[in-house]
Amino acid sequence: MLVQFLFYAFAAVLLGSAFGVITSRNPVHSALYLVLAFFTSAGLWLLIEAEFLAIVLVLVYVGAVMVLFLFVVMMLDINAEEVRKGFTRYAWLGWLTVLAVAFEIVGVVVVRRMGVDVTRVPVPVAADHSNTADLGAVLYTRYVYPFELAAVLLLVAIVAAIVLTMRKRKGLKLQDINAQVATQARDRVRIIKMAAERRE
Amino acid sequence: MITLEHMLVLSGLLFALSVAGIFINRKNVILLLMCIELLLLSANFNFVAFSRYLGNIDGQVFVFFILTVAAAESAIGLAILVVLFRQRRSIDVEDMASLKG
Amino acid sequence: MTHTMNPNLLLAIPLLPLGAAILAGLFGRLIGRTLASVVTIAGVAGALLLSLQVLRQLMFEGAPVYNDTVYTWLVTDGIRMQVGFLVDRLTVLMMVVVTFVSLCVHVYTIGYMHDDAGYQRFFSYISLFTFAMLMLVMANNFMQLFFGWEAVGVVSYLLIGFWYTRPTAIFANMKAFLVNRVGDFGFVLGIAGVVYFTGSLDYTDAFAAAPAIASKTLVLLPGHTWSAITVICICLFIGAMGKSAQMPLHVWLPDSMEGPTPISALIHAATMVTAGIFMVARMSPLFELSETALSTVLVIGATTALFMGFLGIVSNDIKRVVAYSTLSQLGYMTVALGVSAYSVAIFHLMTHAFFKALLFLAAGAVIIAMHHEQDMRKMGGLRHRMPVTYWTSLIGALALIGTPFFSGFYSKDALIEAVSESHRAGAGYAYVCVLLGVFITALYTFRMIFMTFHGKERLDHHAQDHFHDVGWDMKAPLVALAIPSLLIGFFTIQPVLFGNYFGSAIQVAEHNDVVAEIGHHFEGPVAFALHGPLGAPFWLALSGVVCAWLFFLRNPSWAAAVQSRLTGLHTLLVNKYYFDWFNENVLARASRGLGTLLWKAGDQAVIDGTLVNGSAAAVNWFAGIARRIQTGYLYSYALWMVVGLAVLLGWFLLKAH
Repeated sequence: MLVQFLFYAFAAVLLGSAFGVITSRNPVHSALYLVLAFFTSAGLWLLIEAEFLAIVLVLVYVGAVMVLFLFVVMMLDINAEEVRKGFTRYAWLGWLTVLAVAFEIVGVVVVRRMGVDVTRVPVPVAADHSNTADLGAVLYTRYVYPFELAAVLLLVAIVAAIVLTMRKRKGLKLQDINAQVATQARDRVRIIKMAAERRE
Repeated sequence: MITLEHMLVLSGLLFALSVAGIFINRKNVILLLMCIELLLLSANFNFVAFSRYLGNIDGQVFVFFILTVAAAESAIGLAILVVLFRQRRSIDVEDMASLKG
Repeated sequence: MTHTMNPNLLLAIPLLPLGAAILAGLFGRLIGRTLASVVTIAGVAGALLLSLQVLRQLMFEGAPVYNDTVYTWLVTDGIRMQVGFLVDRLTVLMMVVVTFVSLCVHVYTIGYMHDDAGYQRFFSYISLFTFAMLMLVMANNFMQLFFGWEAVGVVSYLLIGFWYTRPTAIFANMKAFLVNRVGDFGFVLGIAGVVYFTGSLDYTDAFAAAPAIASKTLVLLPGHTWSAITVICICLFIGAMGKSAQMPLHVWLPDSMEGPTPISALIHAATMVTAGIFMVARMSPLFELSETALSTVLVIGATTALFMGFLGIVSNDIKRVVAYSTLSQLGYMTVALGVSAYSVAIFHLMTHAFFKALLFLAAGAVIIAMHHEQDMRKMGGLRHRMPVTYWTSLIGALALIGTPFFSGFYSKDALIEAVSESHRAGAGYAYVCVLLGVFITALYTFRMIFMTFHGKERLDHHAQDHFHDVGWDMKAPLVALAIPSLLIGFFTIQPVLFGNYFGSAIQVAEHNDVVAEIGHHFEGPVAFALHGPLGAPFWLALSGVVCAWLFFLRNPSWAAAVQSRLTGLHTLLVNKYYFDWFNENVLARASRGLGTLLWKAGDQAVIDGTLVNGSAAAVNWFAGIARRIQTGYLYSYALWMVVGLAVLLGWFLLKAH
């Protein structure tokens, strides 16, 4: 009973925060609503005993991705008013589509069911069962190559992001170590011969 | 108890809301990226739910990978956004129509 | 002494003229006029000598028939296309005739083309022709036969249009080419039929398989079943009709007289036009199986023999008279084929080759002497001015009309007797035609002789001033041809017709063997000739000569009177039965109309307009619509994705379980 109550509460908050993400006028607000949505999602996953992913969701999304979002939103000087122009122009189309999609998804899930027994409950597990150990057992055996690939993908993403955003400012003073090492005495000191001058 | 149906309907509604977000915020790239994160979240909901309700751990492994890819995607997406903003002083999608046939 | 023939020697026979033709044709400017003529004459003379050697081996040394492949060009689906020689007595006879006449013509050409700028080109062409004709007669398969067939056609085209600056020559060679295409169409269909039913292009295989297909049938039109062998034979004969100028495909031959006279003698009298006759004789194992096809051959030949003769009476062009005579004589040969007397047809082919080449060359000599005047009304009395030409052409004329002891007599009399012995459908009609044809032949031949060589001189000033008899380079071939015209029939009738000369080369079913019937009461060439005056043909020929004398020499006014009485008939003849008019105004115009229709409606409207430009326009139109979808805006692509998702989900929702 408590579980059900928690589910409905989390679900309501999740949908509400998602609504907030898409409708709030300020991008910073949107980002914060998104953070809330991730938190409630993590709670819902905990409810169905997917503990590891729930923690990862909070760590990765809330801790890294959303911070990145907030950082970009705040860094860029976005003219929110201009961006918001024409906000309602196609809104009716968006809502119509959304209603149709929502109706259809619910219809497919509830009415059609596609050969799945949707009334089933989560597979019960022992109280001291470790979801993390389960996941790790497959991740480092059967999925070890995809796992390594994912690591490479992240590396590529890091490099790509840096390359994309890096720029050289004009007038920036940089140290050229090669030039420093390669320099020779005659580049620095010039010895000239000249006639002796009489002191006046 | 929470049945599979509950989770699937919830993820469907979340999906519908994020699609709606794409239409409503069609001019703001940063919000589009956020809506995409929401979309991925709804997809992850489905994976986690099926994994748990069918007793198969593979679904959760998929979520793990999706999280990885989504993180990479948002990092690059935001990087592109920054570059775009530097170029045009704007993140309006309507300015990005140079592919128009 | 029995030994097989050397294939290299056989290969040399066609290749000598070919090499000479290439030398004279491609390097003519380099080697000069004299050397060009020497090279080609040497090539053809070599071919003649080798042919005579082959003849000697076959006739006297008992060499077996040579039948082998020298080169395989390609094999496709079990059908072998190859170059091979079948040298039996039929082949070697043709080889000797072709090379001998060709040699005479080569020599004659030295004088005839002396002043012509295209001297080397001409020699190259006639040598090339000799090569093609030899390939045709020596073939042992249909593929090579067709090659030779088309090659002689090409050279014929080139030679008719030799003086390519004359519009009439260009018209004539185009006409010859197009009419021959009609015949070749049938010929190709016939060859295709042979391959389809026997699965082989090789003569031996095809002939061996022929009796098996005699019972097969073919449905050409729904509801009409045809005997396969009849269809094949008639298709092949259509090819022969084109090449050998049988009605109604004869129209090109008179016009081909636009070419220089030597080629008229070589190609359009002695050799190429007889290729059709040779081909049918070669195909005798096939034709013997189809009574219908032979009757068709018979009727067409008889019609050509008689009705083309009539045209000779009204023509005033000396070469055209000889040309119509050739048409008529080709009709005679076809009649012989039609009554299964293949050996007689080949015999007449041989004698005709000599005396008709002689007549053509004599006509050419007259034309040269008259300084390119061909109208017989402006000649007359030339026998004193050019006696050699007169006497040799008189020999030719006597041979042509069938005077006893002359070569033409033996072949023509044997031919007429063969027709009279035949019981084939149409043989009665053919008999009447060939008998009447004898009279007509005598009439027009001696009309020509009288108008040209006898009577008063009617030369105009131009011809009078420039008249000069031809030299011995032109007279020698006349004499060389006059000798066989006179004698060859006498010496060869016994072996060729009744001595089983051809052996297995010509196959005649027993109940069709009219030649054997004649052979029963053949008692030697002298007796045969002495029996001549007892038969109708002799008296018909004699009355023809007398009529010619009366009407065209003694009382030319009678001819004019007859002409004015029978204006309708005369007009019909002068217009050559309106065949040309029909071809030009009905067939050609209809073809052009059809072509224009297909061009405008089919090509321009449907293909260009609708298919090519239409599809482009459709793509353009569609792209114009589609590019509106390609807004370039991210959200419109997203919208379409979502619409697709909605449709997919809707399908899941609504589809039956």
